[in-house]
Amino acid sequence: MATELIGGVELHVDDEGFMTDPSEWSEELAPALAKEIGIDELTDTHWTVIRFLREDFAKEGQTATLRRVSTMAGVPIKDLYQLFPKKPAKKMSYVAGLHKPVGCV
Amino acid sequence: MPPKFEDEASNRKLCIIVSKGTMEWATAAMVLGNAATSEGIELHVFFTFWGFDAIINKRMDKLKISPVANPSMKIPGTEIGMSNMLAGLPGMTAFASSMMNKEMAKLQVPPHREFMEMVRDAGAKFWACRLTFDMMENTMGLTKDDLWEGVEDIISANDFMELSEGAQIIFI
Repeated sequence: MATELIGGVELHVDDEGFMTDPSEWSEELAPALAKEIGIDELTDTHWTVIRFLREDFAKEGQTATLRRVSTMAGVPIKDLYQLFPKKPAKKMSYVAGLHKPVGCV
Repeated sequence: MPPKFEDEASNRKLCIIVSKGTMEWATAAMVLGNAATSEGIELHVFFTFWGFDAIINKRMDKLKISPVANPSMKIPGTEIGMSNMLAGLPGMTAFASSMMNKEMAKLQVPPHREFMEMVRDAGAKFWACRLTFDMMENTMGLTKDDLWEGVEDIISANDFMELSEGAQIIFI
């Protein structure tokens, strides 16, 4: 499996570049991952989303969809599109060190 | 390499034409629409003919799925298609609709209006067909105020041709 050096850490990633081992992720790593995809600064709301994704993944074993983040973490859809422009579902998963969501909605 | 998120999204554009106002097809349109916007694809949804049920305020919260003339719908828990005799009994459409609503809710699919709001908030534009509007204006006194506030405008087939230039089109 491919590895990549991000934020000084060797990470296992899949073909698309998503991390494959959630345990390799730490909060210190998130800003470096965000920079990789053009998000220069993580605001408090970014962190609300990232922490929800991590907690939800720990419980459910799946990456939450946009709908789930919006209803359960209370971040409106509009804001998600501003925080993670163009491809919010994939971008938020990437920064949280998770694979992209599998669900349709 | 990290995923090339921006590059992939470049200039792709999708139009969905919604010509049916039943629960299953309105939902199909929104599932695809929601997927499109979350991939950074520019999305326009054009409602025409029966599709108006999905944008008329007093109807859009009560979309139905009909078991009549629908051989794909089986008697729950069986592989037996529902005969039209059975499907046509009073209350069957309401029953099937409420069942589908519940099943969709289990899968976190929002109710239709909320789904439309979600896709609109994601940047999609919604359009209503001029000819359908005019017809409904004549037959049932439909006004613009009767339409869901998320509809941008009532546009002609020609307007739609301009709008959909260079887009991929899905007809539902």
